[in-house]
Amino acid sequence: MVCVTTEDSSGPGSAGGGLDNAAYVQLSESPEFERLRRAFRRFVFPMTLAFLVWYLLYVVLSAYARGFMGTKVVGHINVALVFGLLQFVSTFLIAWLYERHARNRLEPLAELVRAEVPAGTAGAGAGAAVDEPGTHAKNEKDEKEGRE
Amino acid sequence: MTPGTLAAPVLAASENEHRTFSLILFGVFVAITLFITLWASRQTKTAADYYAGGRAFTPLQNGLAIGGDYMSAASFLGIAGMFALSGYDGFLYSIGFLVAWLVALLLVAEMLRNSGRFTMADVLAFRMRQRPVRAAAGISTIVVSIFYLLAQMVGAGALVSLLLGVSGESAKIWTIVAVGALMIFYVTVGGMKGTTWVQIVKAVMLMSGALVMTVWVLSKYSFNPSTLLGAAADASGKGEKFLVPGLKYGATDMWSKLDLLSLGLALVLGTAGLPHILIRFYTVPNARAARASVNWAIGIIGVFYLMTLVIGFGAAALVGSKAILAQDKGGNTAAVQVAQELGGGAGSTGGAVFLAVIAAVAFATILAVVAGLTLASSSSFAHDLFANVFRRGRATERDEVRVARIAAIVIGAVSILLSIFARGLNVAFLVALAFAVAASANLPTLLFSLFWKKFNTSGAVAGIYGGLVSAVGVVLLSPICFGGKSATLPKGNPDALFSVDTVAPIPLQNPGLISIPIGFLCAYLGTVLSKERTDEKFAELEVRALTGTGAH
Repeated sequence: MVCVTTEDSSGPGSAGGGLDNAAYVQLSESPEFERLRRAFRRFVFPMTLAFLVWYLLYVVLSAYARGFMGTKVVGHINVALVFGLLQFVSTFLIAWLYERHARNRLEPLAELVRAEVPAGTAGAGAGAAVDEPGTHAKNEKDEKEGRE
Repeated sequence: MTPGTLAAPVLAASENEHRTFSLILFGVFVAITLFITLWASRQTKTAADYYAGGRAFTPLQNGLAIGGDYMSAASFLGIAGMFALSGYDGFLYSIGFLVAWLVALLLVAEMLRNSGRFTMADVLAFRMRQRPVRAAAGISTIVVSIFYLLAQMVGAGALVSLLLGVSGESAKIWTIVAVGALMIFYVTVGGMKGTTWVQIVKAVMLMSGALVMTVWVLSKYSFNPSTLLGAAADASGKGEKFLVPGLKYGATDMWSKLDLLSLGLALVLGTAGLPHILIRFYTVPNARAARASVNWAIGIIGVFYLMTLVIGFGAAALVGSKAILAQDKGGNTAAVQVAQELGGGAGSTGGAVFLAVIAAVAFATILAVVAGLTLASSSSFAHDLFANVFRRGRATERDEVRVARIAAIVIGAVSILLSIFARGLNVAFLVALAFAVAASANLPTLLFSLFWKKFNTSGAVAGIYGGLVSAVGVVLLSPICFGGKSATLPKGNPDALFSVDTVAPIPLQNPGLISIPIGFLCAYLGTVLSKERTDEKFAELEVRALTGTGAH
């Protein structure tokens, strides 16, 4: 693996939360992180595909199947309206499912990964102070104090 | 959302009465927001205060502010007007605008909050060579924000003269100048804190106003939606066709249908690439709060769009399309006209008061959105272009914030001038174009950055420029610019920007269907054609994005 780092590398990457890049690479290869990544991707990728297909189906039917969309269900309420309202329902439902997944699965797994970080060096995620030598260090300190 | 015919006698009888009420209410809103801005300026000391509101907002506050940033006058007045005039087709817009939030929730919000600092480019450039990627991302941020800004400000000029019943060009120009001056003040003085509070106040006003109208409209139909739909369909004169897709996007030829797909695609993929939305995720303490604020936003925005459905159909049923068209051929006054009708009709005091309330809400809406856009573009100029491209990362944060304030003034002034020149043009397409550029240039790069190990600098640069150029390019070749009659557009477009006689080479008004795949393709090709690998930085990004380690 070759990581190209040029002289103009700065910005957020340089404020590493007290860890150097090698430590992050090591963390990324840990079994705890592997479990977190898998739990995350196995939820969000299929779910994204599902709601995009569901939404595009709605748009395609609106463009190409207007007869079907105009079918009456009850009174003046037709398939198009029900289909549209179901898009609202599915959006709220997926947001709720993801919130549940994040709280029950992802956050505990992320906690396990953070437990691997040497004490006193983790950033805001673990609630510890960022203390990194370099140009950003002072500003980071200001930022933390500015929060109060 | 550009109101067209201004010549019509404006909201006739109650004109003077409601104008005074409107001005008083709007004055109150401006006074409150100016006070908040001055208060916020004294709380703003560090760069994180200026750019990210000190990262101290609660999820509910940020959820409201996201709503305030997102629910533009185009969504309130424009979508209500579309329901009122074109019936069901308004739903195609509002559903796209809502479902889009799932992309932001699942794929972007938390990871951006954990790995970035102040701007979208923080994340895009994380793994890459800073200068080329930040330059590209900064340019794209400013272009998207200015397109959006122009549409809002030109719309504001036309709208305010329409709502206040002052016709004539000077009224429009002064409105644009006043809106621009206020937005510059909010952003330069209040920074993110002031801007956020303006958006929160606006969101609460907008939701309250919309809620009152919704309940009021429904009460006229004994809270039976079917009765309301039936009344709207009858009053429209179009019968049941009013309740199915197709009145606005109705042509049956291939290109019109593809245009609808193109619009849907840009709406659903654009939101998660809008810089002024993305920077809102930095204003909360951590990723969990970012996620919670998106959940609040989804709830608020979802309920809001359901209310615009009722308000729009209410306008169709209670006011009627003839009376709406007499005011504005775009239907942008439908929401305020139905307010007048609910309050007791033209000439009544109740009608004048409620009309004034809703008009004031519409002004507040415009102000909050333009402030958010100015903040996003000036932040990106200072943090990405000035600090990292020009100064190569060696600017102090004090300098950066000073430059951000100057940039807000310059961008604001440029927008005022451009809006004054563009005030006679139909610029409503710029909102859709902003979404298309966000979906074509920003989203592919953002997703590849976060999820694709092999992605690299040339891929990011190619993706941003490729998406940007193709989205703008397709519009330059579209019926928006060339209005000639063709087999697919038998009526032509009399408002075409370049030529009303020449036939457009690409008969799509919405570029997304072409430009979004080009954006992804350029990002892919740029990556595989370069030997650079960023595996180690990717490992760091992934760990930080998913765990919050080292987050700002």
